[in-house]
Amino acid sequence: MSDLLIRGADLVSRGRSDLLIRNRHFAEPSEADGNADLLDADGLIALPGLVDLHTHLREPGREDAETVESGTLAAARGGFTAVLAMANTDPVTDTAEAAEHIAALGARDGRAQVVPVGAVSKGLNGVELAELGLMARSNAAVRMFSDDGHCVWDARLMRRALEYVRAFDGVIAQHAQDPQLAGTAACCHEGEISGKLGLTGWPAAAEAGIVARDVQIAELTRSRLHICHVSCAETVDVIRWAKQRGINVTAEVAPHHLALTTSEVLSYDPTYKVNPPLRPHEHVEVLREALADGTIDAVATDHAPHARHDKEHAFAEAAFGMLGLETALAVVIETMINSGLLSWPELVKRMSIMPAQIARLSDQGRPLTPGEPANVILIDPAARAVQNRDNSASLSRNNPWHGRELPDPVVATIWAGRVTYQKER
Amino acid sequence: MRHLLSAADLDQNQITEILDLAEEMALVQGRPVKKLPALRGRTVVNLFFEDSTRTRSSFEIAGKWLSADVINISAKGSSVSKGESLRDTVLTVAAMGVDALVIRHPASGAPWQASRWIDAHVLNAGDGTHEHPTQALLDAFTIRRHFRRTVPDQLNFHGKTVAIVGDITHSRVARSNVLLLNTLGAQVIVVAPPTLLPSGIDSWPVLVCTDLDQVIPHADIIMMLRVQRERMSGGYFPTPREYTIGYGLTRPRLQAMKPGAAICHPGPMNRGLEISADAADAANSLILDQVAAGVSVRMSVLYELLGGAE
Repeated sequence: MSDLLIRGADLVSRGRSDLLIRNRHFAEPSEADGNADLLDADGLIALPGLVDLHTHLREPGREDAETVESGTLAAARGGFTAVLAMANTDPVTDTAEAAEHIAALGARDGRAQVVPVGAVSKGLNGVELAELGLMARSNAAVRMFSDDGHCVWDARLMRRALEYVRAFDGVIAQHAQDPQLAGTAACCHEGEISGKLGLTGWPAAAEAGIVARDVQIAELTRSRLHICHVSCAETVDVIRWAKQRGINVTAEVAPHHLALTTSEVLSYDPTYKVNPPLRPHEHVEVLREALADGTIDAVATDHAPHARHDKEHAFAEAAFGMLGLETALAVVIETMINSGLLSWPELVKRMSIMPAQIARLSDQGRPLTPGEPANVILIDPAARAVQNRDNSASLSRNNPWHGRELPDPVVATIWAGRVTYQKER
Repeated sequence: MRHLLSAADLDQNQITEILDLAEEMALVQGRPVKKLPALRGRTVVNLFFEDSTRTRSSFEIAGKWLSADVINISAKGSSVSKGESLRDTVLTVAAMGVDALVIRHPASGAPWQASRWIDAHVLNAGDGTHEHPTQALLDAFTIRRHFRRTVPDQLNFHGKTVAIVGDITHSRVARSNVLLLNTLGAQVIVVAPPTLLPSGIDSWPVLVCTDLDQVIPHADIIMMLRVQRERMSGGYFPTPREYTIGYGLTRPRLQAMKPGAAICHPGPMNRGLEISADAADAANSLILDQVAAGVSVRMSVLYELLGGAE
């Protein structure tokens, strides 16, 4: 692979500089010779490649909705150089073999690093522990475990899982949803709109209650707990309290929860059916503030592709979830940078450094300095475009931003020294 | 009028027009030959994703008496389990050249979604726990007739109080009635145990009360809602007995009603649970009038949707 010289990129805190990539790593730009490929980054900002703690790549099982190849191409287009693939595939990622299969698919087809998340319980059944240790010891080196899609509701199982993964520095990522307060029928934030529309409500207490319990268990077990897709203000209060107390808890928020509100559901358009549901404006405000002050550590997309026919049912019967990989950075720029809530170095922390640390990915979320792995994106923060769901690398079309104008920042994505996406300019 | 999806789609003039036309349609029901040629050549499909003998036959008779070709399609069972999406089912039926689709669906919002996919008129015949606008219209028709017995030219419901009692949370009848009665100027009071009051009820144009006995003497109309079987086991209230004592229209409550006040129930009734036999069969019960009004009101609505020039 020949060298790649990125010329004149804005390195944010370090001013304008060239970046030389040699053998998958950054090298001193002064060492560039005349044979290097050139990439003009005049007017562009260079950031470390983004890391997504929460994606559903649907392979194996639902290759009609997404594959590792299409999902990571979407990731590359969105500026991601690593994605964690949730365990709710078919079969479930609950053994070392299943985890190694995902990692192998990533190595073969991936346009970004693909890291499997292991299931906490066998078949996501919420009853018996999956082979957490074997997944950790496998070639896939699983560190994050989650029954995402289902809450680990049994407090004893949660305690055992948290305790057990401490042996190999694992983390349990909880999908916090009390199934008694918010069962499978719950499809809309419980409030004025659910009452008006006659949709089964999903109260904030069903999330915050589980998180309140789990931070106590994390304190008891001195283990690492991560909260998936925080969606409501009450949960933010609990996490803030737990962090002040020194409990080892981290949290993520999905881009759609930073921008979209329950009002989207008024049309009964299942594109806006997502779990946890879109919440009212006041929750969105609190989530933005919590991401700004670090109570929420990371942005994670919960990219959830669905075949069109799985979304074209009545609202209550349609599949949960929306696409997110290609639009995440755009939404964070719009809601957090353009509003002045977040600086660029803070954005890098929330979308690259912290997620890499939570997932224990040593090659990701690193500074753009010589010797470091060459995971970098070039972005034009001023570019804007109207979103078009048909212009997507994903195999699915459940894009909630369709028809809306958003930033269109990503110009190039480089993963381990190789250009995985470059916008036509 | 393009579709009838929600009782909120109608203003007071439109409601009055539909009710007045329904009065004319009611006259047809007294004739030996009940057919009108108004919708000859038009095709109406009753697309029912949920069983409802009463509502379906009411729409069927209404369409037939207007000379429309009426076809019933039962699509019971979740579309997810059948493998066909709602959109495919609706497009398939619409592709047969249908003029109006009358849709009943167990999931809230399904008729809204359908109306965005097809050109035919869509009539909501009850969607999940959301709305049932023709039920609200036939209730208004029945209630207006009742008021007109004392004030023959009663136009709207200003100054009248209607109490809706029971499972407000899961009732499409309640939602449509609240909207329609409010448009007609009535003061609506909803009465239920707090477990059966929907979230956000404070933003509805109603008064909320959890004590039926406080409300009984003030209401001109007491509308009792059916208690669904699944609510009895769902922990919404401890026992049927406790429900009846707290929220049933019992004989003492029947006697406490304001003079001239009347009783409604959308049916089917659980006699002895939410309504006593005494109340159901009382002289001031409008329950059978409601059933009779169903056909005339649905004739009127079908005519409003389909009767105009192409």
